[in-house]
Amino acid sequence: MFSKKDSPDNLWIKCPKSGEMVFSADLPGLMHVTPAGHHMRIGPELRMGYTFDDGKYDKIETLAVAKDPLKFKDDKKYTDRLKAARSKTGQDDAMSIGIGEIHGIMSVVLVQNFAFMGGSLGMAAGEGFIQAAELAVHRGLPLVAFTAAGGARMQEGALSLMQMPRTTIAVQELREAGLPYIVVLCDPTTGGVTASYAMLGDIHLAEPGALICFAGPRVIEDTIREKLPEGFQRAEYLAEKGMVDKVVARQDMRETLANILSVLMKQNKNSSSSEAA
Amino acid sequence: MPRTYLDFERSVAELDHQIETLVESGEKDVAEVAKLREKSEKQLKTIYEKIGAWEKTQVARHPIRPHFSEYISGLITDFTPLAGDRKFGDDLALMGGLGKIRDQSVVVIGHEKGKDTDSRLKHNFGMAQPEGYRKAVRLMDMAERFGLPLISFVDTAGAYPGRGAEERGQAEAIARSIDRGLSLKVPFITIITGEGGSGGAVAIATADKVMMLEHSIYSVISPEGCASILWRDGSKAQDAAKAMKITAQDLKELGVIDHIISEPLGGAHRAPEDMVKMVGAEIMTALESLSDLTAEELIKRRRDKFLNIGRSLL
Repeated sequence: MFSKKDSPDNLWIKCPKSGEMVFSADLPGLMHVTPAGHHMRIGPELRMGYTFDDGKYDKIETLAVAKDPLKFKDDKKYTDRLKAARSKTGQDDAMSIGIGEIHGIMSVVLVQNFAFMGGSLGMAAGEGFIQAAELAVHRGLPLVAFTAAGGARMQEGALSLMQMPRTTIAVQELREAGLPYIVVLCDPTTGGVTASYAMLGDIHLAEPGALICFAGPRVIEDTIREKLPEGFQRAEYLAEKGMVDKVVARQDMRETLANILSVLMKQNKNSSSSEAA
Repeated sequence: MPRTYLDFERSVAELDHQIETLVESGEKDVAEVAKLREKSEKQLKTIYEKIGAWEKTQVARHPIRPHFSEYISGLITDFTPLAGDRKFGDDLALMGGLGKIRDQSVVVIGHEKGKDTDSRLKHNFGMAQPEGYRKAVRLMDMAERFGLPLISFVDTAGAYPGRGAEERGQAEAIARSIDRGLSLKVPFITIITGEGGSGGAVAIATADKVMMLEHSIYSVISPEGCASILWRDGSKAQDAAKAMKITAQDLKELGVIDHIISEPLGGAHRAPEDMVKMVGAEIMTALESLSDLTAEELIKRRRDKFLNIGRSLL
């Protein structure tokens, strides 16, 4: 997605939106959004840091799941792919859970990391979602889920498919507890993830330019044998089609979430000095 | 006798051809014909006892395998088909209606693939669009409102990957259908009759009892799709079929489904009427097993069942 220029240490990277060269060291100060507005994919640590007051939160360990129940192997063993993803990301699987305050409103935040095997929804990610929802229900807190996935974890077969109903049950538990469930659709959110918990939020926000779909553009082009229009299945397009409430830039996300949560949780948001300028 | 034989049935096809030739030639040796028939049947049995995931994929997709319309005409009386999602249109890939199974009023929904070129086009090869899933939700609402059990027949390669389907919210429509099925206050039974293809299948398969026909398949992605992504070679579909554990037998063992319905020798397409009757009997047994449960019990048991999938493997 983001092409790195062939220079030592990747000092400069090329913005896919404008083509301009951006100085890498500037990106953290820009929340990894290029001056032209391209929202780069980010992992859970940055995401949690941008979301919670002062970037402070408690990390919740995710539960263990059965390991490679199908003994799956393509040209590589699934267990080897998992190992590689774990050493690359430092995470056990795609989901990270944090609990903390957003403008003083206690919330559970779930981040799905695309860098971990494409964020794919397998047993661990499904269990992570359920764990986050049940934690929110147990503590009487809202759940904010940042989604990103290429789809299902094929190496887990139908056990991966079963995460669609399983996560949906967790959404129902939040609903019955009268707690807000806010989805923030990040690039890309596709396949079985979109067709379950990502489209069942009370409120759907999306990051600008995020690809959000069930079937990906290449699959559709192969099916209908025509080129799709510019912007097809992007966040702005979904907002136009009525599937997303609001497309929100990363630098405004914290404030937008706080506004929504303060209304739905009937709490005052503190105007906190902690706003990262 | 089915006119199309699958690749792995070649030896049976040859025997059957011999029998036909003998019969057509006016052969009077009845014993000889009977002997050949017996041999053919034995051969078929040997083959079907050993078929793997890829062969089952072919059986599950067999063009004359009984489809939704055969199950409806064979099992449901006083049937009234219902159409439309009341929002945009009607989707013939996912059908539904009201009727009775042995005097018990029910709501039925299911994918229809069609059986010849015209009907396949009409039913979009059983690949539903958002209107299909929204119609399913509408019929689930109706089942609940009138206290009628819901029976779903799953047979789809997957939800349709088209431009219009995406524009009208395919993902949202599937998600809502999963959501509604899981919260139903009435008994819900699913029979996977052929292909259970991914999200398009699970959308109407969140049942109290999920049953699969002996040679049907249920998978997160088609073997061809999996092969082209993970092996980067679509021709490795046989390997992908095996690796993904898509057969009824594997899925029963993994705890993904509840029950397997036996098929007639050589697959459902060799004796469609027998197959329909066997499915009818299994539906009645399943309905009976759920009849004493309250709405609360049904929902709790259904949720616990799905939440436990996978956890038992730890």
